Amino acid sequence: MNKLWKTFKQGIIYENPLLMLMIGLCSALAVTSSVSNGIGMGLAMTFVLLFSEVVISVFRKAIPSSVRIPIFIIIIAAFTTMVDLVMKAYFPDLSASMGVFIPLIVVNCIIMGRVEAFSSKQPLLPVIFDSLGMGLGYTWVMVGIAAFREVLGNGTFAGLPVMPAAYQPILFFILPPGGFLVFGLFISFNIWLKDRMQKSMKERA
Amino acid sequence: MDLMKIFLVALLVNNVVLMRFLALCSYVGMTNDVGQSVGMGFAVTFVTVLATAATWPLYHFVLVPLQLQFLQILVFILVIASLVQLVEFYLKKNIPGLYAAMGIYLPLITTNCAILAVTFENITYKYSFIQSIVYSVGVSLGYLLAMVLLAGIRDRMKTSPVPKFLQGTPILFIATALIGMAFMGFSGLIK
Repeated sequence: MNKLWKTFKQGIIYENPLLMLMIGLCSALAVTSSVSNGIGMGLAMTFVLLFSEVVISVFRKAIPSSVRIPIFIIIIAAFTTMVDLVMKAYFPDLSASMGVFIPLIVVNCIIMGRVEAFSSKQPLLPVIFDSLGMGLGYTWVMVGIAAFREVLGNGTFAGLPVMPAAYQPILFFILPPGGFLVFGLFISFNIWLKDRMQKSMKERA
Repeated sequence: MDLMKIFLVALLVNNVVLMRFLALCSYVGMTNDVGQSVGMGFAVTFVTVLATAATWPLYHFVLVPLQLQFLQILVFILVIASLVQLVEFYLKKNIPGLYAAMGIYLPLITTNCAILAVTFENITYKYSFIQSIVYSVGVSLGYLLAMVLLAGIRDRMKTSPVPKFLQGTPILFIATALIGMAFMGFSGLIK
């Protein structure tokens, strides 16, 4: 159990796909202009990650290693298609505002990376924890960036006004350059945090 | 006139990297020097145009008549992946010089989301074949432009004093934010 918990924590903090491994950036910046988009994208991603990792882990002994990449792609594409169709049917507004980024989950490096590095070698249980950790690690960073951008750039949080009425929204943060700026600062903060954590670990040792 | 507008919008106004956040992985990873970024840019241009030329007819003449549009994602990614493989084999055998220059970028291109996005958008925007080709050229040249701009800036940054808390990756995103702000100016190009 302890080991499973550790696998879970890896994705959320120490190997966070966005802040530490710096993969899967495209969607992270593009859809984070509002919190609801961030949550939607994060959950869609977690779903695809979970199911592709589970399927691949179950069939890992049956997949010949020479053709594994195309097989992985087909499995990932199948789940991405499902998410895309479900979103179009039940959340048409959300789906429209995220546009091409839902189908693009299929080439998201996070999924391919985890499938190749983790679930093609591990049994089912750790794989479930790993995919949930990675998915939620991705989701919280998305929501964090989105909250920052939406509150400053639009004065709302998930559509609800949170700033005083006199607040003049800084449109810059909703626009693409604002996304780059906020993300740059997020990474900078994360590096600082990691350094501090390592220092305090050394002092304790 | 229409084609010119599609081209300019794809190249500058909606620049694929700076305005639409596509292909960021290679944008951050492959801009260490100008030569490398130019190589990657041209490799992407080449494959994007080829992928458009392959997926557009496939969608309109095979998937639509058979009512298999829901297989779009699956089919397109497989077409692009196999196309990249074919190009790699062809270059290796027939044009080794170009392969030596471009070869290392080719496997990376399969997972370049700009290419897949272009092929999807050709369908969503209901472009004709000619328009799709023009659009794909515009998008990929926009990618090349953004890559070269950042590579140039990174060259200069090697000798300039970057604040300590921004050193490494963060400064790349800050620089990109500034380039992006400059590109916002292009939105006045179209009415």
